[in-house]
Amino acid sequence: MKNKMLRSVAVLVAVGLSAPVLADEDADLVINEEIEITVRAPAPDHTENLSEIFSGWVFRSAETQAMQMDDFDNPGMIGVESAMADWAAVDGSEGKSCASCHEDAETSMKGVRAVYPKWNEEAGEVRTLEMQINDCRTTRMGAEEWKWSGDDMVDMTALISSVSRGMPMNVAIDGPARETWEKGKEIYYTRYGQLELACANCHEDNYGNMIRADHLSQGQTNGFPVYRLKTASLNSTHKRFRGCIRDTRAETFAEGSPEFIALDLYVASRGNGLSVEGPSVRN
Amino acid sequence: MKHRALTLACAVTLTGAAWAETAPEAVSYDYGAVAESLSGAPGDPEAGRAVMVSRGLGNCIACHEVTALSDAPFHGEVGPMLDGAADRWTEAELRGIVANAKMMFDGTMMPAFYKTSGYIRPGDAFTGKAATEPLPPLLTAQQIEDVVAYLLTLKE
Repeated sequence: MKNKMLRSVAVLVAVGLSAPVLADEDADLVINEEIEITVRAPAPDHTENLSEIFSGWVFRSAETQAMQMDDFDNPGMIGVESAMADWAAVDGSEGKSCASCHEDAETSMKGVRAVYPKWNEEAGEVRTLEMQINDCRTTRMGAEEWKWSGDDMVDMTALISSVSRGMPMNVAIDGPARETWEKGKEIYYTRYGQLELACANCHEDNYGNMIRADHLSQGQTNGFPVYRLKTASLNSTHKRFRGCIRDTRAETFAEGSPEFIALDLYVASRGNGLSVEGPSVRN
Repeated sequence: MKHRALTLACAVTLTGAAWAETAPEAVSYDYGAVAESLSGAPGDPEAGRAVMVSRGLGNCIACHEVTALSDAPFHGEVGPMLDGAADRWTEAELRGIVANAKMMFDGTMMPAFYKTSGYIRPGDAFTGKAATEPLPPLLTAQQIEDVVAYLLTLKE
């Protein structure tokens, strides 16, 4: 990776561009001078084609990296704040808020993000945080479902993620979740669209390389929801998946589709060992 | 009678021109190489240069570094550097690689630029919506020839 970086520096210098935006791949991430984030870890056994896993944070420019090191500089934290208000707000026919059952999010939600997506025994399916939030809203609160990538939903996942920051991702892929995980793995290696690109082509075979002006990461999801500077908004994993598959000139899957839920579980499992970072900041 | 003969002559001429271009489905690969011009006409290296750097066309430099194109910003490093490509490959090989590199390099990441079907969930360009095959190829026959002509200028 180092070598490639040096090469790209050389190219850019040769090209004569001023101040190329390059990552400090050796930097360490500590948030608020307090929360230590694991951005490099040994790859889990089930990620057989990688030896080491990296948070997308290490591939970003020093400026972007810095934005995530202090919550006052992290625009994603505005979403967390907004979700705190929703957390306490009564909604729906049952006269309940999130807090009615779960009290303080900082305590009750600690560790939750690290194990999602997760098999739900009662429902007999793998559920993402979005699905669990909507189940609470409809079943317990008698409230309307939130849209998968609506602001209120993404903000709530940001709040739930934020209280687990620093904890290692540890999604389960055995037992009843296995079938969904296998399906996600198959999708990860399928070359979609007219460009015939699989997730693996860019994020497994070419992470660390430049593709035009973009520095390819491993496509890890431990930092989701992600505040993207490009869209100036918080983004769900499924919204990002949709963008990636669209960019292969393919027909995408829908947010919340069984395919994306399976891919969500599989990609999350590839990051087991990296810290929960959401809401993170990326380009 | 005369009029009819003239119409017939025109039709023959037009058909003749169409025959000169090889449709994507009709390209014959010999170990990944394509001997004949796909458009039936020679390529224009200057036009090929524009296809190489344009994001909306070939965007070849998204993945390949080319020193001679260093005035265009940001060259990728996913595929091999193309400096000296003309010393390493024949015209027929370069044409085959640009048209459909998978015919020469099994499993290569490089997209096929002159192919219309056989895709998984083919989409309508970058809309994310479904499209029905055959899709328009990523580059036209002439654009492929132009790129090949440009690549043939890359000598060390």
